[in-house]
Amino acid sequence: MIKSARAWIEDRTGLESGINHFLNEDIPASSGWHQVFGSIAMFLFMVQVFTGIMLAMNYAPTTSEAHSSLRYILTELTAGRLMRGLHHWGASMMICIVVLHMLQVFLWGAYKKPREATWMLGVVLLLLTLGFGLTGYLLPWDNRAYWGTVVTTQIAAKAPGMGPYILTLLGSQDGQIGAVTFARFYGAHVLILPAVTALLIFLHVYLVRRHGVAPAPVETAPPIKFYPRQVFKDTVAIFVTFAVLFSLAVAVRVPLGKLADPTDVSFIPRPEWYFLFLFELLKYFEGPLEIVGSMVLPGIAVMLLFLTPFIDRGKAIRLRQRTGAIGVLLLAVIGWGGLTAAALTSTPHRDAWKGFSAEEMAAVGNFRRADCWKCHASSPGESRPGPNLADIAVLRDRDWLVKHFKDSSGEAGRGIRDIQWKQLATFLPKLDDDNVASLHAIPQSLVAGALVYQQNNCGACHFINGVGMKTGPPLNGVAKRWDRKWMEEHFVDPDSKSPGTIMPAYKFSPADMTAILDYMMYLTE
Amino acid sequence: MSMKSTSPSEPRRGFLVASITGLMGIISAALALPTAGYLLGGSKHKRPADWVAAGDIAKLEPNVPEQIVFERVRRDGWKTVKEKASAWMIKTGEKEVVAYSPVCTHLGCAVSWDGAAKNFACPCHTSSFGTDGKVLAGPAPRALDRFDIKIDGTTILLGEIRQSDKA
Repeated sequence: MIKSARAWIEDRTGLESGINHFLNEDIPASSGWHQVFGSIAMFLFMVQVFTGIMLAMNYAPTTSEAHSSLRYILTELTAGRLMRGLHHWGASMMICIVVLHMLQVFLWGAYKKPREATWMLGVVLLLLTLGFGLTGYLLPWDNRAYWGTVVTTQIAAKAPGMGPYILTLLGSQDGQIGAVTFARFYGAHVLILPAVTALLIFLHVYLVRRHGVAPAPVETAPPIKFYPRQVFKDTVAIFVTFAVLFSLAVAVRVPLGKLADPTDVSFIPRPEWYFLFLFELLKYFEGPLEIVGSMVLPGIAVMLLFLTPFIDRGKAIRLRQRTGAIGVLLLAVIGWGGLTAAALTSTPHRDAWKGFSAEEMAAVGNFRRADCWKCHASSPGESRPGPNLADIAVLRDRDWLVKHFKDSSGEAGRGIRDIQWKQLATFLPKLDDDNVASLHAIPQSLVAGALVYQQNNCGACHFINGVGMKTGPPLNGVAKRWDRKWMEEHFVDPDSKSPGTIMPAYKFSPADMTAILDYMMYLTE
Repeated sequence: MSMKSTSPSEPRRGFLVASITGLMGIISAALALPTAGYLLGGSKHKRPADWVAAGDIAKLEPNVPEQIVFERVRRDGWKTVKEKASAWMIKTGEKEVVAYSPVCTHLGCAVSWDGAAKNFACPCHTSSFGTDGKVLAGPAPRALDRFDIKIDGTTILLGEIRQSDKA
């Protein structure tokens, strides 16, 4: 029965003989572990297609819903974080593997005649891979995505002559990005790029078959079959890659930041790690020279890469006879590595709670005072009786939350006033993956200081991180203006330090004084 | 290539083929199982519908079905939507009322009250239901579903829809 069905399929479609023909190709006996990267890249592409489709099943590709639907995937769906983790880390690994693949081909001289076209198609595939990274970066529509893409489109806008057209093509109007840019990036990411990439992969593999796998300079043994020896090596390599990818997706959480906010000036935009070298390069070219860093140098690099088989026409394949080529490669690696390292070290570290208002800091204080952490953890994977705030999104409305706080906190929450509960209820739903850890990570002295600040209504005259009044001096940067001792004496007797001030004297308990001074001294910017 | 190609010996070939199949199988399973959970698992944090005010019992005529339209808030995937919904209500006593979901238990069309025939009629496949909700005719597999009900003063509060038992 099965046998005759098999014979029927073979007769009508030639499927089996086609597969056999593909698997039983002769390859050089020198083939081995160094040639697994092409197969891994193809495998990763399939994983990206699969996880991408899975994400699309629960994702709304518009600026108004992208962020909330992705949050739904992460917090509400079984294996949702895994799917996104696989897609995110798969993209990074794809870049690594594609580059390793090119490196191998370069070192083995496999791009030389007659395989020039295979190499050039490969370079186009590398650019497509980067295109996936660039367009996919926008799709979570958080601050990281938004600001990263603002910078990208602005770079494109500076292309001589074509700038405005490119900008329009990218859907940007008046230098802003929004719904149109988002739709274009999404369309490119899920429709154009996958189709073009699949077609070019097919042609790339076709060319590999046409010219055969590149042999070693001297082949001493007779050729072997592709299957099963090389397929086994490819499979083992694919398995190891997949194991690494899966572990990354499980163990390293990919954060979903705050919803894209065009008014947020505190955000520090950084591109994905594989674009950091371009980002860094732009720092060295100012004014009219900027275009050198943004277009000319990258353009030349791509052209050189694309034309490598024609620039290096020597017949030599052995590494020792190709010092020039190896020199160029080393320079490229050092240049890329140096720029990336420089970009990494110059990225300022910023605590997630740096931009919190005094009210929000105090909300954290009340969260701790009311012993909320007895039921709710705020770091991933920690198990407590109540929902882990790092794993769920707080979607309840304010009244529900206030009632819940009062009902559940018991004795510990007795001293907390309604207004403070309301502030906590306003604060909790604003937490995201980037700052949820603040609940346990902010030093207690700062939180206590913010509580003192709030209880004494300091915000009625003063201003911290955009919240408060400006009757008195704004407090951001106060630590740069005065030292701790001055501040303490000022609290006790303001008139002695600034004669004629309207600030009243405050007789804090020693603990409160320490706390508020800690908080004031922390306000350095 | 003038040299003839070589193949691995039989036992070694068997090992290679088994390894390829096994490793690919593990990868497929590692993707298929989470995918099943992802597509079939539904939302992790389900919560019961909130009680929602739907009409005034004092304004209902005894034993006359009336369609009451009310506004409710529902979680729709990643969205919270405010939408209109309706229920067929019958006042059965001074402080008692039943509220039927207007959805036919056959294939989900909206049923309406047929005043002449004194039954709830489905316009799709001619199922009909009595004032007690039970199936009178047609392909409907079970009686009309009912809302949980609370009466607060004279305000009718509707809760979850309870699926009726199979007839």
